[in-house]
Amino acid sequence: MKWGKEGAFRGVLLIGTLVIGLIVFAILLSLLWGSLPVFKALGWRFFPGKNWNPVTDNFGALPFLLGTLITSFLALIISLPLSLSIAILLGEFLRVGRGSSFLKSMVDLIAAVPSVIYGFWGLMILVPLMRNIEIKLGVAPYGVGIMTASIILSVMIIPNTASIAREVIKLVPADLKEAAYSLGATRYEVVRKVILPYARSGIFAGVLLSLGRALGETMAVTMVIGNANEIPKSLFAPANTMASVIANEFTEATGDIHYSALIAIGITLFFVTTVINLIGRYGIKKLAIEE
Amino acid sequence: MTEKGLKVRLMKDKLFKFIILSLSIISLAPLFLILFFVFERGLKVINWSFLTQLPKPVGVAGGGISNAIVGTLMLIAIACLVAVPLGIAAGVYLSESKKTKIAYFTRLTVDVLQGTPSIVIGIIAYLWIVLPMGKFSALSGGIALGLMTLPLVVRGSEEVLKLIPHDIREASLALGVPRYRTILKVIIPAGIPGIVSAILLGISRIAGETAPLLFTAFGNPFMNLNIFKPVNSLPLLIFNYAMSPYEDWQTIAWGASVVLILIVLGGNILSRIVVRKWQVQF
Amino acid sequence: MKNREILLLLLVAALVLSAGMFLAAEVKEIMGAGATFPYPLYSKWFDIYHNETGIKVNYQGIGSGGGIRQLQAKTVDFGGTDAFLSDEDLAEHASNPILHVPTCLGAIVIAYNLPGNPELKLTSDVIADIFLGKIKKWNDRRITKLNPDVNLPSLDIAVVHRSDGSGSTFCFSYYLSKVNTEWKNKVGVGKSLEWPVGLGGKGNPGVAALVKQVKGAVGYVELAYAIENDIPYAQVQNKSGKFVKPSLKSVSLAANINLPDHTRASITNTDAENGYPVSSFTWIIFYQKQNYSGRSREQAEELVKLLWWMIHGGQQYTESLLYAPLPAEAVKKAEKIIKSVSFNGKAVLE
Repeated sequence: MKWGKEGAFRGVLLIGTLVIGLIVFAILLSLLWGSLPVFKALGWRFFPGKNWNPVTDNFGALPFLLGTLITSFLALIISLPLSLSIAILLGEFLRVGRGSSFLKSMVDLIAAVPSVIYGFWGLMILVPLMRNIEIKLGVAPYGVGIMTASIILSVMIIPNTASIAREVIKLVPADLKEAAYSLGATRYEVVRKVILPYARSGIFAGVLLSLGRALGETMAVTMVIGNANEIPKSLFAPANTMASVIANEFTEATGDIHYSALIAIGITLFFVTTVINLIGRYGIKKLAIEE
Repeated sequence: MTEKGLKVRLMKDKLFKFIILSLSIISLAPLFLILFFVFERGLKVINWSFLTQLPKPVGVAGGGISNAIVGTLMLIAIACLVAVPLGIAAGVYLSESKKTKIAYFTRLTVDVLQGTPSIVIGIIAYLWIVLPMGKFSALSGGIALGLMTLPLVVRGSEEVLKLIPHDIREASLALGVPRYRTILKVIIPAGIPGIVSAILLGISRIAGETAPLLFTAFGNPFMNLNIFKPVNSLPLLIFNYAMSPYEDWQTIAWGASVVLILIVLGGNILSRIVVRKWQVQF
Repeated sequence: MKNREILLLLLVAALVLSAGMFLAAEVKEIMGAGATFPYPLYSKWFDIYHNETGIKVNYQGIGSGGGIRQLQAKTVDFGGTDAFLSDEDLAEHASNPILHVPTCLGAIVIAYNLPGNPELKLTSDVIADIFLGKIKKWNDRRITKLNPDVNLPSLDIAVVHRSDGSGSTFCFSYYLSKVNTEWKNKVGVGKSLEWPVGLGGKGNPGVAALVKQVKGAVGYVELAYAIENDIPYAQVQNKSGKFVKPSLKSVSLAANINLPDHTRASITNTDAENGYPVSSFTWIIFYQKQNYSGRSREQAEELVKLLWWMIHGGQQYTESLLYAPLPAEAVKKAEKIIKSVSFNGKAVLE
């Protein structure tokens, strides 16, 4: 019967689709299950806890929450002018042509370079450079630390905002711009007063995606952040992020509470990145932007 | 408009253009710096023996990255086996039924999966596969990477299939071809270049992923073709050697970085070529 | 149809390939993970062992903590650790005891990065205060007093410790807790600690790399890493009041204790007059009853053969790789332990 084959086909498609949803649910459940022990032992005090002491089983997530937030926001601040510039360049000034597609490919290439290579390059080239800068600034010349990690992160997240912002800028209706030009506005004024305000929400969505990427970035950060499980004392101090502490300690967590604490950090990271990403994606869908 | 006011505004405009250009150049500078350094330090290490020999123990000069290259290829193959069938199935479903509740829910979960940090995927693969299996293996690493490729394949397939014009579908249906065969024999084949392109992009992405492999593939100083055993891979090798104090290990890491970047670049370029050359013209 | 045939052909090819992969599974392989303390030695050992016997030993240096955890999770055949399990830890495995076999001796040295690579003398209290963050500069009076001939710069001390669960950390903190009460109360003993100050490096290699690169850094690493990388290290004052330079000789002297039968003992803060006070054994840990989780008798035999080789044939390579060989008494006790390994109730070693 033809209905049988049709139904079977639909069935296969449906199963494939549902499996994905199941996987995500299962991820959530596994992480929750794994974090139960530490929450049973420490309760909500886990989150504002400042100490990470495997000897006394006293674990607190605050150093890593701060490490993640500080590096991510610092990276955002550094990268924003850079991403916006590229977006404006490719969305307004150089919209078509071989130069434009070449530059666009270059921006995509930034995103394609693997994280571990960013980390390796950072360790070999950026870190010694930072040491020299820190010596001149009179700060402890570790080379590794929050600042270095933020700089590397900022380079890595340029493409996320740049591509979205570029598309939004392209979408600004020509009549709006032409109306401004016909009134005698300079290009700068058109960008500042017409394009950017119009594209604001799209740019914001792109920024959120960059933030999501920065929050979850592991390898490059682990290699240059200095791996100190404490609240960073300055912008040049060593620290740890949620992702990097998991990478460092998971395979060897001493004791069940330590192990569970790391999974708890994992689920926290999962929640934070998911929320940011979903808001960003929702914004993009609403504005019907092509990526 | 006063003369002076105009001058100021024009200056601001020129300054603005200058700033945009400079900042754009600064944005691209790190990329070129990285590529430059990687190739400058890595190319001189690469020769036939580098690519075909196994790593040597600590303190012994020489050695190569053959097992890491093979391991990376194995992991990619396993990841594709996991992600491609599931991803295309879901992509087809989403492109066919756009407004159902299941479609909405699935798109949501695909987005969540795509945004999940790779280290969390690593934890999950350890909990789901390594622990029950009782050992580290290429399989667990490949599955972790497959989970990361899955969203890319789903979205890629969905986008591509949505773009196929309705006339083709309607022509097929008008000829009496049942719906499922239309999809299988007309729609999907038309979309294959785009789907392959999405898969290639996914491959370039996971070729360089390290975090999920830390707790799954584990690493191996020997060559290994068995998916149930641990396996070395390029990103793992780079990670371990980069943080060591041994200079010859660091040099090997540069060489491995060149190979890895070439694989990633190759995947990216291939994915563009596939779309351009094989795209079915409507 | 042509397509169908091609598909069938691909399927058959895939099946053949996977069958090949399954069959290849029978190449004998032993999996281990753990301490980076002896990693330079082990990586050479397993290379030699592979050449001699064809057996592949895959040992990953993920830190002693990792070795212990992965053995407990039964994802590896053996673990490597310089932090022996306590009686309480072992009590959890009463039904299938975890055995320790020592493999060699090494030293935790205090390595540093100073201009001119001077050789410093340090006392235990000074070391403790440096790592507690109380002594912050290299030209602090307490350090210059011990080293009057050295021109110590006014450089900040950058402490480097381990970021992973480490037996080297265990040994170092065990020593500091023995000799310094403030350390004992404030930080304590463990593979992972809450460090008052400093950067974290991954594994002994990571710490060595950081010390090598950061001016004014000080860290604790195994002797072989310091020598291999030309990093200067300190003479430490031992219990008898002498300043001892870590070396294979002073390490062997420190191992003059009455080793218990299970070989789990710390040799830090040795009584030996010329012994180096921060020395340590390093162990391989494994289960006594090898018939767990579907292991085969063959796997158990290969593991036992490997262990036997490590304490006998392997010992000739220790010195050239900058580790001290096992004292005769330790070898005897290790032999007894290996002989006690059983499979389904029968001893594995005949």
